[in-house]
Amino acid sequence: MIRGGLLLIAVSALTLASAATKMDVPSSDTALDARLKRLETELRCLVCQNQTLADSNADLAEDLRREMRALAVAGKSDAEIKAYLVARYGDFVLYNPPIKSTTWLLWGGPFALLVSGGALWWIILRRRAARLPVVVATDASGEARAREILEAAEPPASAK
Amino acid sequence: MKAVRWSIPLAIFIILVAFLYVGLWRDPREVPSPLIGKPAPSFALTQLQQPSQTLTNSDLKGKVWLLNVWASWCVSCREEHPLLMRLAASKVVPIYGLDYKDDPGAGKAWLAQNGDPYTASIVDRDGRVGIDYGVYGVPETFVVDKQGVIRYKQIGPLSLEALQQKILPLVRELDK
Repeated sequence: MIRGGLLLIAVSALTLASAATKMDVPSSDTALDARLKRLETELRCLVCQNQTLADSNADLAEDLRREMRALAVAGKSDAEIKAYLVARYGDFVLYNPPIKSTTWLLWGGPFALLVSGGALWWIILRRRAARLPVVVATDASGEARAREILEAAEPPASAK
Repeated sequence: MKAVRWSIPLAIFIILVAFLYVGLWRDPREVPSPLIGKPAPSFALTQLQQPSQTLTNSDLKGKVWLLNVWASWCVSCREEHPLLMRLAASKVVPIYGLDYKDDPGAGKAWLAQNGDPYTASIVDRDGRVGIDYGVYGVPETFVVDKQGVIRYKQIGPLSLEALQQKILPLVRELDK
């Protein structure tokens, strides 16, 4: 156990060390840096697939950041830079995928689930309401009858 | 009525299990390339073995060729290397190597040690051509047809299965 723990500490120290050595050098143009940073957080790193290009220390992510910077300096718009990456790596690089025939399930699925769940809920509620007899308590006998129904509807204590 | 009550959740459960089961056998690292069916991106790079000469993609028009992305630092490349050697010996299709983000000296030493299956290797020192080809996991292998269009991409090391079932039949068809 102790050896395993030590190993874990050593490995995490190594990862931290390698992460520290791979930081990009900030340039003097802070507006450009901020723009690129924002763009990079919307793009996926292909090597470590659940990280953004901004977070990743993979070699490829570094190269892609370099290419993006070169494109931005050359005056390309955000959309053009994204198109450059999509042309090479596909829609998968976008954390915000476009709506098209292959992604309609992705975009529409949650809404379809919400609507069908809501419809099911409504149907069940209505059916339950229809099963309960409606009693209007206009006098004492009506009230007694209503109490009787309520007590009958309550589950016995042993069922809990 | 009773039958409907339990058959709906059961149906949903079965559909979910079917999706998860299919998902088990799919490799999330294999991202379909948008380059298939598109002209191979152009390049003009120096050759590894003859640094005085450059190779461009237009030199390769009119024949079917493979582009194998490799590097001396790439561990999985060792895995597929014997297959590449056998493929080169069979002379079915020329293999061109893209020595990706590698030191040319180390690349040459690696080929001297393990054998050189490539008709020619080109040096992509800074990985720019690799980016144009959408390379993200070395080794990768592309099949390019006579018109210079990418027809297939293998991500990760070649397997005998992929070679026999996909790449070689495709090469034969394209060679007609």
